[in-house]
Amino acid sequence: MKAAEIGERKAVVAGVGQSQVGRRIYREALDLTLEASLEAIEDAGLTREDIDGLATYPGNMGIPPGFSGVGITEVHDALRLNLNWFAGGLELPGQLGAVANAVAAVATGLANHVLCFRTVWEASAQGDKGRASVTTGGGGGGGYRATGFQQWTLPYGAPSAANWIGMMAQRHFHEFGTTREQLGQIAITERRNAAKNPKAIYTEPMSMDDYMNVRMVSTPLCLYDCDVPADGSTAFIISRADRAGDLRRPPVRIEALGTALRGRPSWDQFDDLTTMALRDAAAMLWERTDLKPADVDVAELYDGFSFITLAWLEALGFCKHGEGGPFLEGGSRIAPDGEIPLNTHGGQLSAGRLHGFGFFHEACLQLWGEAGERQLAKQPEVAVAGAGGGPLAGVFLLTRSR
Amino acid sequence: MSEKPFRVLPAIVPETEHFWLGGAEGELRFLRCDDCGWWLHPPAPICPQCLSRSLSVTAASGDAVVHTFTVNWQPWYPNLDPPYVIAIVELPEQEGLRLTTNIVGCEPDDVRIGMPVRVTFEDYDGVWLPFFEPAEPAKAAS
Ligand SMILES: [Zn+2]
Repeated sequence: MKAAEIGERKAVVAGVGQSQVGRRIYREALDLTLEASLEAIEDAGLTREDIDGLATYPGNMGIPPGFSGVGITEVHDALRLNLNWFAGGLELPGQLGAVANAVAAVATGLANHVLCFRTVWEASAQGDKGRASVTTGGGGGGGYRATGFQQWTLPYGAPSAANWIGMMAQRHFHEFGTTREQLGQIAITERRNAAKNPKAIYTEPMSMDDYMNVRMVSTPLCLYDCDVPADGSTAFIISRADRAGDLRRPPVRIEALGTALRGRPSWDQFDDLTTMALRDAAAMLWERTDLKPADVDVAELYDGFSFITLAWLEALGFCKHGEGGPFLEGGSRIAPDGEIPLNTHGGQLSAGRLHGFGFFHEACLQLWGEAGERQLAKQPEVAVAGAGGGPLAGVFLLTRSR
Repeated sequence: MSEKPFRVLPAIVPETEHFWLGGAEGELRFLRCDDCGWWLHPPAPICPQCLSRSLSVTAASGDAVVHTFTVNWQPWYPNLDPPYVIAIVELPEQEGLRLTTNIVGCEPDDVRIGMPVRVTFEDYDGVWLPFFEPAEPAKAAS
């Protein structure tokens, strides 16, 4: 593919912001969103008058509780923006699909500076009860009748992605001999990384014994393979590359992105359950760049469940398909001083379920050299940020301005 | 006898009733293309292989193989007590023709990928949920 055809290079990341993050902080979702958004605008060196585009995932949804609660309309009105372009929704290639939308908008000139945000308040929504985010539509019982995809899973007591991803992991274990000890390196490494992230939720050290002995959720996934519901908002400014002169500092460049779904859009009918759509999004990414997996200095990869991170590592070619287990063995390859430092902020397992946007945020901070105590010793030049799992996946290859 | 466990039930609509009600006559039913023989799941108005609209409700054999599974330990619903086995089974009629279901009639520890299973139906308020049980009866506990 000719470089001129790779439109995402006409877009850059101008700034990032993140609100207070925590468990049950009981702040309004819009309040958190505006905190992150204003920080991102200031970080870019812009003012709200410069913002002419707005993008979000998944839009304003009342159910499941805490999954959203803020859409385009609320932010548009609260900041009294004058917009040329906006888009919010759920049917996207993963959570970062909202950022891909923004990239497309600035690359086509529909907007100059797009504010992208993702807000969750699942910890507060959870209150004293069980996990709120996983009983989509099914918790009510009574007269509720399932439709769409849910009709094929809810009758079988399988309302949660923990069940669906658990089955994918089990298939991977079966085909390739992957073990819990190998998978556990993701949770343990992220916990160690989280200790250097002042916003992380869990920072106590975790041993392999801790991991192996905690209760099961849905085999082979244990509690520590599941991310932790959090409250927080993350925001980015995506700008036209030819407006980079307006910005406070050199932007993060977008080398390539991958948004493909080349199989059936289904959690149980997709051809290869051990890869799911990650395979396609990653393949598309590498079709759009001359860079190779070996050029990547840091990987920030979705971990709603740890197995998804393993699948991203394979899909992106850091190891071969099926070799994720041996690749993780011992954990040294994914450590901050390893061949591919992984989830340097602690991921969603330890730093909280900011739902995809946290990985992109961390990738940008690492490329700017602004990640504080957890900044990698060797300044990264190339980062990959991928989010989503199952039939939903989107991935960005980002580079430091030279 | 214990009460039946809690189940969220599917909405019964014209497009899906052959699937959810077929168990009343002991049949696991799908739409199948009259022109090319393709089995459809979930139901759709058009064959995804040849785009024919000529589709007929057809009973599958009821046999399947466990493609993958998980033992669920999380109590998602009151009165649906863990542990129970959620599985994706694949039908011999066509590669990739799969259902998410529960494996019943054996202990969770006895379920294996590749295990032959056979459909069995349970009636919940007139909805006949297809479950799968080991095709070979489990050896009686001694
Ligand atoms: Zn056909």
